[in-house]
Amino acid sequence: MVPLSYYLVLSGVLFACGVTGFLIKRNIITIFMSIELMLNGVNLSFVAFAAHWHTLSGQVFVFFVMVVAAAEAAVGLAIIISVYRTRETLNIDQVNLLKL
Amino acid sequence: MSVHLILFLVFGAIAVAGAVNLLVQRHPINSALSLIAVMAALAGEYLLLGAEFVAAVQVIVYAGAIMVLFVFVIMLLNAGEEERTDGSRVALLFGLPGMLLGSLLIAWVVLKHSGTGSVAAGVWAASTGPARSVPGSPETIGPLLFHEFLLPFEITSILILIAIMGAVVLASKPAVAGGGPPRKVKD
Repeated sequence: MVPLSYYLVLSGVLFACGVTGFLIKRNIITIFMSIELMLNGVNLSFVAFAAHWHTLSGQVFVFFVMVVAAAEAAVGLAIIISVYRTRETLNIDQVNLLKL
Repeated sequence: MSVHLILFLVFGAIAVAGAVNLLVQRHPINSALSLIAVMAALAGEYLLLGAEFVAAVQVIVYAGAIMVLFVFVIMLLNAGEEERTDGSRVALLFGLPGMLLGSLLIAWVVLKHSGTGSVAAGVWAASTGPARSVPGSPETIGPLLFHEFLLPFEITSILILIAIMGAVVLASKPAVAGGGPPRKVKD
């Protein structure tokens, strides 16, 4: 028997790590991975709540979050490839103009 | 300490270590591999919570498909080590204390305001009789997904379609100025 709060704390720690990575990282791909980490932290709390309230809806929501994450990864990585092709860099400090 | 708690702590430690390693590593491929470790550990947590289907999907879709896409792009773009700039030093100065503060705040709020409720996998399966399958298996998720959540499911399929088209348009080579050689029209 594991208290629900333990799962929520773990999920919060993972989410905080994701936010930190989003802030301190300078590589655009690593920033993208931090977003995935945040989504994973939220998924864990969904599943924990689903088990706590004896309902399966939370697990279905996790399924939808995964679908959205997959779509986001596909589009985001395509954008990264496009940015790299035009600017030849992955450092976001050098990507500071919408215009070429 | 029950077995559940020990397994929770082991998987949780792996997940947090992977997440911190993602922040510390400077090469993107190392970050990607530690993120895969986080996802595998989270799949273990899902199994502990009785969510078998979600655990399998986590490994197959997240740790498999999405992370392969990431690693593929890292290798395609030949991403090297991250460059440190003045901006990243400021962010490091404020980001790490911010993470600690955020984690502590969340932990404090959750631990202080949570009741005595605990999560036990598979309790309610026993209470409703042995005929019912284990919660979180495809047999129980499937009807829910295709009856109650049919509209969101269809909407996600449209979302995926749009994402595929967007990815193809964005990642394809930009058209040559002037439109390239004129196309021949066949009769």
